[in-house]
This record gives sequence, structure tokens and C-alpha cells, in this order.
Amino acid sequence: MALIELQDVRRSFTVRARTGRFSRTKREVRAVDGLSFTVEAGECVGYIGPNGAGKSTTIKMLTGILVPSSGRLRVAGVDPARERVTLARRIGVVFGQRTTLWWDLPLRDSFELARRIYRIPDRRYRENLDRCVELLDLGALLDTPVRQLSLGQRMRGDLAAALLHDPQVLYLDEPTIGLDVVSKGKVREFLREVNRDRGTTVLLTTHDLTDIEQLCDRVMVIDHGRVVYDGGLDGLHATGRSERTLVVDLAEARAPIDVAGARVVKVEGPRQWLAFPAPQSAAPIVAAVAERYPLVDLSVREPAIEDVIARMYAEVAIG
Amino acid sequence: MLNAVPAGARPPDPTAAPAASPRPDAAAALGLYAAVAHGAFRRYSTYRAATLAGTFTNTVFGIILASSFLALWQARPGLGGYDQSQAVTYIWVSQALLVTVAVWGGGFQDDVQDRFRSGDIAVDLYRPVDFQGWWLATDLGRAAFQLLVRGTGPMLVGALVFRTRLPENPLTWAFFLLSVLLAVVVSFGLRFLVSITGFWLHDSEGVRSVMLVVSMFFSGMLLPIALFPGLLGDLAPVLPWAALVKVPTDVFLERASGSGLLGALGFQLAWAAALLAAGRGAQWLATRRVVVQGG
Repeated sequence: MALIELQDVRRSFTVRARTGRFSRTKREVRAVDGLSFTVEAGECVGYIGPNGAGKSTTIKMLTGILVPSSGRLRVAGVDPARERVTLARRIGVVFGQRTTLWWDLPLRDSFELARRIYRIPDRRYRENLDRCVELLDLGALLDTPVRQLSLGQRMRGDLAAALLHDPQVLYLDEPTIGLDVVSKGKVREFLREVNRDRGTTVLLTTHDLTDIEQLCDRVMVIDHGRVVYDGGLDGLHATGRSERTLVVDLAEARAPIDVAGARVVKVEGPRQWLAFPAPQSAAPIVAAVAERYPLVDLSVREPAIEDVIARMYAEVAIG
Repeated sequence: MLNAVPAGARPPDPTAAPAASPRPDAAAALGLYAAVAHGAFRRYSTYRAATLAGTFTNTVFGIILASSFLALWQARPGLGGYDQSQAVTYIWVSQALLVTVAVWGGGFQDDVQDRFRSGDIAVDLYRPVDFQGWWLATDLGRAAFQLLVRGTGPMLVGALVFRTRLPENPLTWAFFLLSVLLAVVVSFGLRFLVSITGFWLHDSEGVRSVMLVVSMFFSGMLLPIALFPGLLGDLAPVLPWAALVKVPTDVFLERASGSGLLGALGFQLAWAAALLAAGRGAQWLATRRVVVQGG
């Protein structure tokens, strides 16, 4: 069952710019420009793109707080903008840079409030709270006022608050932003358990691609309000024409070496970096180098997903 | 639209209690708003130093103003229909109301304004909670706390230092509390309309400054409305701001009784209803065209 469905969704904003003392010109900015995709129940989808690509605009339309200019949108069976309140009971939202928690009061009070807001039956509330407290390690924090929590602790609190009512869909907008490595790990582990064990559909936007690598089977890259890639992580490497790197340590420093099928991208004393297309085998290149030059050591580096995405953004910008 | 969800529109949820009659829904909503108000009450009670400083300021201003009123009424006895002790009591009651009914603005307004600036207002809109109801509940919680501390403190000092006039009829206390409650709702209604301009203006600070001046003057906070001359004196008592300070002080000083008292409370109730309805309309318009700041 498709939980999220978008058909040719567009949203534009009118931006007024001052052009003179009294004159203003209106300019139309298309934040989302003909977006179509579906997300099936139980999927965990990474939704990525450069700043200003239309990610947040999409999320706002999916929560119903922003009305699309045109197109058809369905989340959990309802039209978000028309039935925002109905939808609100079926979705959970966590914005990494916002909080739903009650700033001056203990964490526990915000959870109690969520129980009332979403009218969660007592037993289910206790079960869900216990599970979140255990998985997110919140036990010692329940009686701490939210303003005294660290960013990582607050984030974990927000995650719990968004999941107490068993939402069908969870939107996460940069859930690991500003967190340290340990906190990021905890958040990811929790999200994996929510997605795999509870079957909650997750739509995740992030700039931290490790989030995607560790959580999502499917990635959507959007830019200028359009989907430019939709598929698995592996496919990204092929589409992005990513390269692997062969690092060779030669016996002595020399000018960039000449090997067929690879190009030298960096030289540092006796060490040289050779880039070659990712799908290609490293063996013939290693053989060619070993045959012609005195080789001391070598290693192969896999392409970083960051580089692939960066190249994709750059290409879209030029094209 | 933003209102409590009708029973039929709830998501199919096997574990949720069936909402057969509208009563459990209403009870649940009431429970929620009561919890919100209680949370707001507790939240304000965490700002101890600020509350203490505010109460002290109210008391000092009360002493200064009560002394000048005393001098004025010695020179002009019976001015505006108040005797000396009534005039002094007017000051203390109005000082008690100043923060409670937020004559200056503030309370939930500060929160909403911050939320407009940061974009957190989005968070308020994707929850299945009525926006106006939520903020009204927080404001009632705030007002309850402030009446208890910033209201009672100065009143006690005033009664000790000056010859104040306390209600003769014990029932007046109950009417006074009811009048204060209505004053808070009217004040909320006005402030809500100001805050909601944030949806269009992105920042309601300018509108708020204008409101502050108008509110201070027409509520009777600076000078009892009974002293306003001519046309101003005819106009001020029918404006909504009169519900903030003038009516509660009239009730406390027992200047209105019987049908006059009912009329005064009815006047507050009518403005409260009208302003809440206007706020609801504005909210409906605003959520049609939401622009949330920040990515």
C-alpha cells in the first residue's frame, strides 16, 4: 500500500524585491516543480538535495501545513492540507532544528501532554513510553527540565515524543544535525528499530549521508524542486560516475606515472593517487603499475558517497 | 478545520477506545486544555526571581500612584464618583490586574512571536490541537499564577499601608474573580488578533506597540475611565479595553450591583465572545496561506 503519493506536485512562492524607493518587482520562485513519487508502507527513504532544493517545502506539504499550488498529494489516505488534523494523528514529525518539547518543564510533562494531544490509550502509552525510554536511554532524563538537556538528549526526547502515538509515517528533517558521533549512533540505531521492527514508514532528509547509508534502502535526490535520482544507494554510484582511487607508494618520488585506464589526481613525494571508474576492476591497473614501476605498497579507496552526491549537485546546477 | 476532530474523522485505530458519543471527545479535549493550562501555571512558577522582582515593582508603583491619588482626591473629593478609599483601592486593584490581564501585552504573545521568528510555529500547526484553544489555555494558566502571586502580593501591602475599601458583600469576591477571568479572555482575544497578524507581517512587534498605548489608555490603567471628559468619556466605556481594568475594578468597588453588575459582566462576555470569534476567523484565513519562516 502506498502511504505517500505525490503526482505532479508544484509549489511556488512570490518573492518581492525592492527595485527602487517605492517600486517592487514580484518574482515567482518555484520551490517544488512537478514532483511525483510514491513511498510504500514500511520503506525507509532518504530524501536528499542541496540547500534550497525544496526538501523542507515538500515535508511541509506532506504534513499539511503548506498547501501545494497544484498537483495531487495523499498521505496515509488523506489530503494533508484539507485534513491536517486527521493526518496529524497518523504522522510523527521531528525537525532537528525545532522542538515540540515544553522548554521549562520536565521531559515527562511533554510526554504526558503528547498522551493527551493524541489521546493515546493508557496501556499503549505506557508500553510505548517504556520502549522509548529503554531504547533511547531516557530514564535518567525524565525529570529534567528540557532547557537543561544537551542537544543530543533533547533530540532523543523529541524522537520519543513523535512516536508515542504509533504514527504510520515518520518525517525526519535532519534528525542528527549538530549531534556528536555517539548520539548520532544512538539515534540511528533507534530509527532502524522503529523502521524494521515496528514497520513505521520513514522519510528522512539529511545532509549527513552516513544517516542514509546506515538507514535507507532507497534514496531520492532532488534539486530545483525535481527528482533527479530515485533508487538504491548502489545505483547512485553508477549514475554519479563515481571513481575509486588506487594509492601507490613507489620506491622514490617521481613525475606523475602513466598508466592506461587511470589518471593521476595527486602526487605527494613517492606516493601517488590514481583515479579510475568505480565499476572497473583494480587488478589490471595494479598489474600495469607493478610491471613498470618499483612498487613498495598500495591500497584501494572506495568512492565516498559525499563526492558522488556533490558531483550530482554540480551537474544539475550546470545542466 | 482546526477544531477538535469530529468522532467520525478519527483514524481507524483498533486499540483506541471507540468514540461512540461526542462526550468522551469533549472530555478528552477539556482534559488536554486543563493539562496545558496547568503546565503553563507551573512554567511561570519556575521563574522565581522574575516573579519576585515584578511583584516588588508592582508594589512600589502602587505606593507611588496611591499616594498621588490620595493627594488628588483630597483636593477634589468625590472625583469621578470615587471616594478617597475607593480611589486608593482602584490603584491597588489595577496594579494586581496589570500583569494578570496583560494590559501591556505579553504572556503567550511572547511565545508566539518567538515561534514566528524561529519558524517553530510550524510545530504548532502539525499537531492535532486547536491553535487558539492551546494558547488560550496557556494564557489562563499564566493568568492564574500571576493573579495568585503578582495580584495578591501588592493587594496585601496596599491593604496594610493604605486605607483601602474591601468588598462589603462576600459574594462580590466571587463576582470579582469571574470578572477577572472574563477580563483575561477579552485580553487574550485582543492579543490573539495582534499575534495572528504575524502570519502576514512575519512579525507583530509594530502592531503590538500601538496596542500597548491604546490598551494602557482605554483600559483605565493610567486613569479611571470615569474621569475621561466629553466624547472620550462616552466612547471609552464601550470599547473592549474597558473590560480589562474598568469593569473588574467597578465590580470590586461595588460600583455596579444587581442588573448593573449583570450588565457589566455581560459586557465582558459579549466582547470575549466577539473577539474569540474574530480570532477564529483570522486563524482560518491565516492557515489558508501559511508561510513558515526558516528551512
